[in-house]
Amino acid sequence: MADTVWIGTRKGLFALRPDARRRAYRLSGPQFLGHVVHHVVQDPREPRQLLLAAKTGHLGPTVYRSADRGRTWREAALPPAFRKALEGEKARAVSRVFWLAAGHSSEPRTWYAGTAPAGLFRSADGGDRWEPVAGFNDHTMNSKWAAGLATPDGEFLHSILVDPRDARHLYLAISIGGVFESTDGGRDWAPLNGGVAADFLPDPTVSFGHDPHRVELHPKRPDRLYQQNHCGIYRLDRPGNTWLRIGHAMPKAVGDIGFPIVLHPKDPDVAWVVPMDGTKVWPRTSVAGKPAVYRTRDAGRSWRRLSRGLPQRNAWLTVLRQAMCVDTRDSPGLYFGTTGGEVWASPNGGESWRRIAQHLPEIYSVTFAT
Amino acid sequence: MSCTVRIASPLRSYTGGAASVSASGASVAELLADLDRSYPGIRFRMIDEQDSIRPHIRVYAGTREIHDITERMDGENVLHLICALSGG
Repeated sequence: MADTVWIGTRKGLFALRPDARRRAYRLSGPQFLGHVVHHVVQDPREPRQLLLAAKTGHLGPTVYRSADRGRTWREAALPPAFRKALEGEKARAVSRVFWLAAGHSSEPRTWYAGTAPAGLFRSADGGDRWEPVAGFNDHTMNSKWAAGLATPDGEFLHSILVDPRDARHLYLAISIGGVFESTDGGRDWAPLNGGVAADFLPDPTVSFGHDPHRVELHPKRPDRLYQQNHCGIYRLDRPGNTWLRIGHAMPKAVGDIGFPIVLHPKDPDVAWVVPMDGTKVWPRTSVAGKPAVYRTRDAGRSWRRLSRGLPQRNAWLTVLRQAMCVDTRDSPGLYFGTTGGEVWASPNGGESWRRIAQHLPEIYSVTFAT
Repeated sequence: MSCTVRIASPLRSYTGGAASVSASGASVAELLADLDRSYPGIRFRMIDEQDSIRPHIRVYAGTREIHDITERMDGENVLHLICALSGG
């Protein structure tokens, strides 16, 4: 089956399919025209299955499922929803399903979803019926961890990560709230933010309240995590509990602010980021109007600028946290989408870039499927 | 009580394109429950898990705006489900 780069946008779903040499791409779609598509994720355990997080601007959030690689879709029978609020309790209602993640390989029908406001949900039947994960949503600390310190687009739960060695070992992230870990399948959780800056808070040494933008776990070395945070780029090697700010090795004039971070599928020392301007009022556009991807090959000790083929000036791109991905080929291809509706591709690990789509709606997610 | 339910265009994917369908119930909540039995999933797109009407949805019993779905139809036999379109 041909590779597919799924493009989730504020106005629908598109697909880009490369030829064998990744030189030409065929655009198809839209599907779900007019729907906000936050995330599209292939099931690595059953590649014909895809899940899609959607809403329209005026209707409630839901999940769609495909069993035929995205040709046809069916809505979930029971989309993610919080339990009914008890008397006197703050009533929470899912406004959007923001993040989808396949469960462990030993649980072939299990999926997780992260929502706004921050909630964690689980499906045990391939994404048809969803239940709140009470261990997180009703944790005694939940109202503090997910305090509603919303980003401009709301408070998201994202970056749900499952340790490939242990179905019970989970991570998640909240913007704004921090990174949290469970070792018992989601029954209990603890913050995991040591070493991470929170320079927007009065007490920057707090244990939670941070703003992770995207967290990734390396599939071949699951004890290694990377994080692009509102306050820098970090790496954490477990069992350690203190993140190391590897973004300090970025050029000072560029800084280490951005949204996505993606990892090489095989080499745990290789990662890519897209720096955004995080100065003054946080424009979150390409630094100085000169877009670039930065790559580390030594786990963050050094970074190299990769901008060949990208505009060299007067280009004010924004790349959101789900809008960058890497494919699974031996020489990994990279893709990112912009809020201005462009998709850029590199067939050679970021060495050179080419625009493969433009004039699309605002891009929220770019994900790879085989 | 059987009522006519007028369906806003963004919700017609659930009703097979029908702009007007029938449902039974004495209250708005009962009507919506019956509607959801006929067209599964439609209720959650309008009413959240706390039984609140979603921000851009408006519900009218006849010409009376409904703010709480426990309200009764009180003799009205048309329920209007409207999407308050806004934004770009």
